[in-house]
This record gives sequence, structure tokens and C-alpha cells, in this order.
Amino acid sequence: MKLTLRIWRQNGPSDKGAMVEYKVDDVSPDMSFLEMLDVLNERLILDGEEPVAFDHDCREGICGMCSLVINGAPHGPERATTTCQLHMRKFKDGDTIDIEPWRARPFPVIKDLVVDRTAFDKIIQAGGYISAPTGAAPDAHAMPVPKPDADRAFEAAECIGCGACVAACPNGSGMLFTAAKVMHLGLMPQGQPERYDRVVDMVETHDDLGFGGCTNTGECTVACPKGISLDTIGMLNRDYLRATAGGAKK
Amino acid sequence: MGMSETLYETGEPIADAKAPGGPIEDRWTTRKFEARLVNPANKRKRTVIIVGTGLAGGSAGATLAELGYNVIQFCFQDSPRRAHSIAAQGGINAAKNYRGDGDSVHRLFYDTVKGGDFRSRESNVHRLAEISNEIIDQCVAQGVPFAREYGGLLDNRSFGGTQVSRTFYARGQTGQQLLLGAYQALLRQVDAGRIELHARHEMLDLVIADGRARGVVVRDLVSGEIKTYTADAVVLATGGYGNVFFLSTNAKGSNVTASWRAHRKGALFANPCYTQIHPTCIPVSGDHQSKLTLMSESLRNDGRVWVPETAGDSRAPGDIPEDERDYYLERIYPSFGNLVPRDIASRAAKNVCDEGRGVGPGGLGVYLDFADAIERMGRPAVEAKYGNLFEMYERITGENPYEVPMRIYPAVHYTMGGLWVDYDLQATIPGLFVAGEANFSDHGANRLGASALMQGLADGYFVLPNTVGDYLAGAPFGEVPAEAVAEAESGVRAQIDRLLSIDGDRTVDSFHRELGHIMWEYCGMERTDEGLRKALDLIPALREEFWRRVKVPGDGEGLNQALEKAGRVADFFELAELMCVDALHRRESCGGHFRAESRTEDGEALRDDDEFGYVAAWEWAGPEALPVLHKEALEFEYVKPSQRSYK
Amino acid sequence: MAVSGGLLVLFIVVHMVGNLKIFFGREEFDGYAAWLRAIGTPALHETWFLWIQRAGLTLCVLLHIGTAADLAVRAKRARPVRYRHRPKVQGGYAARTMRWGGVILVLFIVWHILDLTVGTVNPRGVHGEPYGNVVAGFQPERWYITLFYALAVIALGFHLRHGLTSALQSLGRGNAVRERGLSAAAAVFAVAIVVGYLSVPFAVTTGLVT
Repeated sequence: MKLTLRIWRQNGPSDKGAMVEYKVDDVSPDMSFLEMLDVLNERLILDGEEPVAFDHDCREGICGMCSLVINGAPHGPERATTTCQLHMRKFKDGDTIDIEPWRARPFPVIKDLVVDRTAFDKIIQAGGYISAPTGAAPDAHAMPVPKPDADRAFEAAECIGCGACVAACPNGSGMLFTAAKVMHLGLMPQGQPERYDRVVDMVETHDDLGFGGCTNTGECTVACPKGISLDTIGMLNRDYLRATAGGAKK
Repeated sequence: MGMSETLYETGEPIADAKAPGGPIEDRWTTRKFEARLVNPANKRKRTVIIVGTGLAGGSAGATLAELGYNVIQFCFQDSPRRAHSIAAQGGINAAKNYRGDGDSVHRLFYDTVKGGDFRSRESNVHRLAEISNEIIDQCVAQGVPFAREYGGLLDNRSFGGTQVSRTFYARGQTGQQLLLGAYQALLRQVDAGRIELHARHEMLDLVIADGRARGVVVRDLVSGEIKTYTADAVVLATGGYGNVFFLSTNAKGSNVTASWRAHRKGALFANPCYTQIHPTCIPVSGDHQSKLTLMSESLRNDGRVWVPETAGDSRAPGDIPEDERDYYLERIYPSFGNLVPRDIASRAAKNVCDEGRGVGPGGLGVYLDFADAIERMGRPAVEAKYGNLFEMYERITGENPYEVPMRIYPAVHYTMGGLWVDYDLQATIPGLFVAGEANFSDHGANRLGASALMQGLADGYFVLPNTVGDYLAGAPFGEVPAEAVAEAESGVRAQIDRLLSIDGDRTVDSFHRELGHIMWEYCGMERTDEGLRKALDLIPALREEFWRRVKVPGDGEGLNQALEKAGRVADFFELAELMCVDALHRRESCGGHFRAESRTEDGEALRDDDEFGYVAAWEWAGPEALPVLHKEALEFEYVKPSQRSYK
Repeated sequence: MAVSGGLLVLFIVVHMVGNLKIFFGREEFDGYAAWLRAIGTPALHETWFLWIQRAGLTLCVLLHIGTAADLAVRAKRARPVRYRHRPKVQGGYAARTMRWGGVILVLFIVWHILDLTVGTVNPRGVHGEPYGNVVAGFQPERWYITLFYALAVIALGFHLRHGLTSALQSLGRGNAVRERGLSAAAAVFAVAIVVGYLSVPFAVTTGLVT
């Protein structure tokens, strides 16, 4: 396959950045999208140019490090797939592909396609945990968890923290990410004592970090490589209302 | 032994001075009781550096901070949640015996020693088995959403190499869920101000003062700045070195650099040749391949492995009738069948492919067939159990495993070797602790499935908090002299400058790929005297070429991913050589180390306990000097070494 | 957003029910209009209730616009650099047209008040005789007015389609099982509103109501 790539190049946070066009030949349909970029980078290095910086690590769709907005879609055109698992057989010979970084104020560009997602850690830090000191835990069977709750909690907990939801959201909101954690912990009996403080603290931190507000457009769940569902946001809203209007927050 | 004169020197034997004696069930309790305590006011004055935020590092950071120590923690990824523990799929073992199927701490201990082919320490393994139960309790308390049964209790499954159901799991993402639990606990402490977290920082050297590990030199991968952090103790939880093979199931960033630089500073490196080749990975599809993807071996619980009976049979799998298929694992190992341990399953796959019976491109693959499982359990049940794995397979290969059998082939997955540590997980440099896959301690020559998560969390949550405390009770250790810092920093800067100045005509990846080929070919699933010697000719030559011809673009200021890779590959070259020396010196087969010269009549691995019943701990003697071998004799009081048989 | 929107939805339903009275003839429709002014009497002075209601509605609209503007400003700030390749809309057009739809609705409301409340832009504009004003306003030769009303009402339909599900979601009513049902119910509701509102001008334009 022969492809034309238009890639966002930005040499550092203060650089203005621009789309730069590259031609790549000899792309195999069995390559992953990132392997295609590897091929481009090998050539750029030998040509004495700076290779394109992009984040990636596990390359099996679970670490959440890879990103890339491909033709306007975070993680590319295939649903429920991270960029690292997107394969070139999903494109056609002769295609032009636009590749951009996640764009959101809380995710500033570090270089080219690499952005800083520390903001997500900050949201978790604000309350996305259950306080369980090591060694003080009761027997694992002391507290049964109904299977449907455990399964739903698991589905919310599948979030890989990649940030595609923010990249896709027309409001630049990180509500799906926040809500996935609120639901995961809020459905577990172990998560109940901190449930209402957690939601308020996490939402406030989310807003303070400069993420936009959620208007339920649903773009996030479509872009989410793990298919985290919008009902997580429903649960977050419910808990948030109960915590603030209902006075459940301590 | 003529070989030793040319390949290595032999030094003094070493011993684990920390494991208490007495009955094995009491040793950990004894050690914990004997460990000195640090009073709360002093804990606030002590700082621990932790490198790595995977299961071992994350859990250690969370727990040490919770105890009141100051923690400075580093990871090279953009967030602690990215550590490669996240990719572990199958599960975590624990001796809970919730199924009432005869499991116990002793059985888990026994299975792990045996599974490790009698090359691990009994004391360590027993402790691991004891702690396994506490880990499950801890993770459940953190809200880890393990799979549950309709009654609300935890579900279990059996996993490669065992006959009891002791594996706890969260669909095919157990590592992810456990890591997120540790990550959340870690961030809770960051929020509490007890942990200073530095993401996108890579450790490039260890600072030693007065013989003790006192700090690390790191490179801020975003600004390019070289900085030194000092502390009272340093914990390395930096994972394994499978990426020395270039293609492996490890994350692209996984590397040996932190461990290797500690090794160069004096920490012994143990059993580097013990490499686990995982039997169920998606086969290589072409030269562009950048990594291999593991399919959880839980698939072997219900999938059946087979190849055509005759070599060169190119029919589609569906056209091969039942009686012309060879379900070779079930045939050769009737009692364990498809559930034999990883090393055995991998070698069996290699053997049938060597016979020309492999399937798929290049004949490097075997079928893993779910047709029977779908018929027996129904498609919805198969989907519920393995749905996400099947989807992943289809995304990568473009084939639907519900209709066409999966193709799998072994790939490098885990490295049992690592920095040598005593029972306290302390390396040969005082104050340097090593946890998780980065140490060599618990798996011997082969790791059983679902044991890596167990070990990582055991080390981090339960072992280090006790043993690091015991070490810190001896603090303060005095100021770190400025010369020690300056020396370490200037070494780091010199290497970066050198890499940037070569400006050659080959990329880092091209060298890494070539090194990987050499290692896979000569130090992979089957090793021979001749092949290893060849590798030991090829590797130094390639390394020399690397330092002459590598091209690293850009500069040291700011993000430079090619520069990061170059530093890691430079270390892989040195490690690769040591792995081959270790593999060559160990003229026996054991676990993940299979020497073609040492096999039984029917082709199985043949150990030589009399000559090789020891841990090989290697000392770095300098870039041009031969490594020095220190032997730690292994004793088996409770599990008598026997020929492993899964037949 | 959800609360102010919810109150406005209630008004829209009541308003539509009132509109439909036009199909029962001039007396009934004009009588209904007169009754609207009389609600609350004798406890309240005539038209007081109407004015209280108008004040309430205005407040709701202002709150609604205010919160929407706040969200829009936050959204703009959250993405200072736009995508070069415009993202494809995947979550539904109704959701993506809320802001423009809202602007269209405000413009429409202004016209609508001038037309059928104050009467300034109505060709007849006789106070107290809404039946006659409506009939005069939607005469076939004024087809462009009917078209404008139709566009505005369809915009309202889209606005409601997303607004309703979104409000329920914001108030935490959504869950995986109910989500689909609620979304369908919102669609049905939006269509009913559009049909109900459009029936009147079209009935006049086509000569069904004279």
C-alpha cells in the first residue's frame, strides 16, 4: 500500500505546530498503525530528519499510552480499538490519513503527537481509590458482592485512561473517564464509605483542571476503545446530586 | 573446566544470609519478628526511592508511604498506571482453597518449587505461598472487581501447570485490575503528600556512597535534564528484560537499564539465561513486526492444541479430518494434556514445527481450536469466558476464531533471572532492594502461570515494607558526598553525548532487531554449545558496530525517543552476552533453559542437580573483563528434586 | 440546565395542548385565551397570574441560556487548538446542534411574541382574538411564515430530542437497561411535539382551519 500522511509536527510545548505531509510506500496491510509509523520514523532518521514523536508502550491495547486522532477520530476509524491494535488493512491503498494529537487544554502537547495526561492522575488522586491500608483487610469472602454489581463494576473499571473520551468530546470534557472510576468504586460494597465524597472531589478536580462540562453528546463512548458506557455518567450525576443537593457528602 | 578460562572467572560462593532456619512454615513469621522496627517519628525522617510503578513498585510505594516513610517514585511512562503489569491477562494464584479441591499453602509451595524445576529457594517460595492469601484479601478490600459467582463469592479457575483451581481473575484483564488497585493506593499517598511522583523519568545510574545504595541519577524525558535524587534506600521494581529479544510480549518500553546499571555498580545478576517462552502468542506476520501479542494461556483450559499429522499438509484446518490431526499435547502428556507448564508446551510446539507440521505463514504456528468447547459449552459461554481475547485475536489477524482455529506460536514472555537478592530482597549492594520481575528470587528456572502477579504484589505489599524497615532501622547513613553524585552524573552525561555524537548510518531499531534475531536463534527455546558460542562471536561484533554506526538524531535537550531507545539497547548488548555465557556454562536443561545436549531418551529436559543445583550470580568486572561467577548452593529439605513429569 | 429545561418542557406541553384547541372552533380557542388571563382571579387581579408565569418563563430561559453559555465558554477554553481534520459526528446530530438550535429558538421566540402575543408583525393583530390572528398569520400567501415556523419547530424537536435524554442523564436517571428505552421515549416525545405544533399552521395554510 502507498499512503499519504499528514502529521501534526510541533517541536515543543511553545511551538505553534503545523501539519506536515509524508509519503509512505510499502505499507503491508498486516502492519499495525504504529508499525507503519515506525517504518516512517526509520526512514526519517536515516534521512537526517527528526522522527515523529508519539506515545506507545504495550502495543496490545491495554496500557492506554497510545493516542492519535486519525482522520478526526481518536484511535482511528475502528470501534473499540486502540491505535496500537488498529491494522492497516482497515485503510485503502492511496489513502490520505491525517494524524493529530489529543487536543485539550488539560492535555498540553509535549512534542508532535505526545501530550501530557497528568491531569487524569490528578483526578484519580482526588478520590479515585478505596482507602484500604495494607494488611488490614478482612478475608476476601467476608463480603460477598452480587455478581451483576461485580460485573458492571468490572466493565467500568476496564477504562485504560487513554484520554480518547476527552479528545472526542466537543466540550473537551473528561466526564466519561471520571465517571468510569466513580461507577467502578461506587458499585463495590468496599467503596461505599467514601462514595459521596469521592464523586464530589473528583468532579471538582476535573472542573478545576480545565476540562469542559458534559452535555451528554455521547461522542466519548463511541471513541472509547473499551466501550465504557454513558450510563457511568448517569450514575456519577446521580451520586453527585445526592452528595450535594441531598447532603450525602460529609 | 576449560571454558571458564575463556568465558568467565569463578569467584567466592555466596549465600543468603537473611533466611531464618527452623521449620519452613515459621520462617517468614520469624523474620518479621526479628526485623527491627523504626519508630513513627523516625519514619518521617527516612526516604525511600522506588523506581518503577508496576505491581511490585506501586504496591511497595503505597505501603511504605502509608507506613510513614517519604517515598520518591519514578516511572518512564507518562503515568504510573501504564506499567507493563497492566498487560497480564490470566490471573493471580492464591492458596485460599475456596473450591475445597485440596489446595493449601503447602501445595502451592510444592507446585511452585516443582514448576520452577528445582532452581528456586524453598524459603522464598514458601513465603510467597503464605502471602498469596493476604494479597487476595488486600485487593478485594481495594475494590478490585474480581470475577464472582452468582452467590457473590469469588470465582476461580485452573491455570497452566496445576491441577487445582486456585487462580483468581478479572476476565482477561487481571493484571490491569490489580495494577489499577495498586496505582490508586499509590495516588492516595501522592495526594496525602507522602509520595513525590516523577513520571516520564528514566533511571540511568545508581548512586553509591560508603558502600550503600543512596540514590539514583535520572533523566527527565521531557526536558532532557539529568538530575540526582538521594535517599536512605533504593528499591528497583523495573521489570524484566525480555525485550533483549526485540520481539517479545513485553511493552516496547520495557528494558533492563535500571537493573543493568545497578549491576555495573556491583549488584550481582542471577540466572540471566532463564527465559520463559510463552506458548500461546499470535505468530509473527512479517518483518515489520514490532512486538508479539500474548493470548492468555487460560485459553488452554478449553482450547485444544493440534497440528496436521503429516508434514507439509497445506489444507485449511476445517478440511483436515479428525483422524488426521495430532492433538500432540494430549497425546504426549495424557494427565496434564493441554495444561502442561509453559516451557513444555512451548518446546512441544517448536518440535512439531521443526518437523514441518507447523501451520500458517512460514510454518511457525500451531492451532488452538475451540470447536469442541463451543459445542460443549455453547458459544455464549465461550464468549463470556474469552470474548475479549477472541476479539483481540480477530483485530490483529483478521481471522474469526469462532470459525477458524486460532494460530499460536511461542514467544518470549517473562524472564526468571534478575538481580540477585537475599531473603529480604536486598541485592549485594546494601540498601538496594529489588522486587517483582526485576529480581531472580521465586520462580527458579520456570514460572508457573498466574504467579508473576502474586510475586509482584507479595514483594511490594508484604515483604519490602518489613525488610526495608529493618534496613532503615540502621539509618541515618550520613551525607551523600557530592563526588559520588558528580561521578554518577558525569558517567550518564558522557554516555548520552557519545550516543549523540556517533551520527552513523544505522538506526537503533535495526541493531535491536538484529540482536533479537541472534538471541532468538541461539539463546531461545533450544540452546546448544555451538549456537551459544556463535552468539558470543556475533554479539560483541554487533555491539562494536553499534558504537560505531548508530545514528541517534536530535539532541539531549527535550523529548528524544530515539536517544532513550539507544541507551536501552546499549545495555541489552551487554546483558545478551551475559545471558549467553550463563546459558553456555549451565550444561543442563532446566525449566526455561533447554540445552539440546541435556535431554532424556524421549527428548524431555534433563537436569543435572549434582553439578548445577545452584543459583548462578554474576559479577560485573568491567567492560573488557570477564564476568565472575558466584554460586549460591540450593538446598531442598521439603520438596525433593525429581524429574518433572506431566505425563 | 436540566431543571430550567424541564420547566420549559412543561410549558411547551401545556402550550401545545392549548394550541390544539383551535380545532374545536373559534369560541373555544378564544375562550381558552381569555381564561388564561383570568387564572387566579379573584384571588389575583386579572392577568397577574399570566405575568407571574411570563416572569417565571423568562427566568427559566435566561437561566437556560446562562448555563448553556457557561458550558460553551468552558468547552471553548478546554480546546484552544482545534482539530485540522474536522471530527465526524458519531454521537448524534441532535446533540451536536444544541447550541445553534438554541440560538434559532431564541430568534423564533422573539418573532413569535411579536407575531401572536403583541401582534406587531401579525397582518391582523387584534388583541383578544387569537383565532383570527392565527388564521390571518398562516394564510397560504404567507407560506414563508409557515415554513419559518416549521423550521423552528423542527429545531425545537431536535433540541428536545437530545435535551430530554440529556436532562434525565444529568439528573442521574439513566442506566444501561433504561437508556435505550428513555432515548426512544424522548424521540417519540419530540416527534409528538413537532407534529402537535406543526398541525396548527399547516391546518391554516392548507385551509383546514379558516
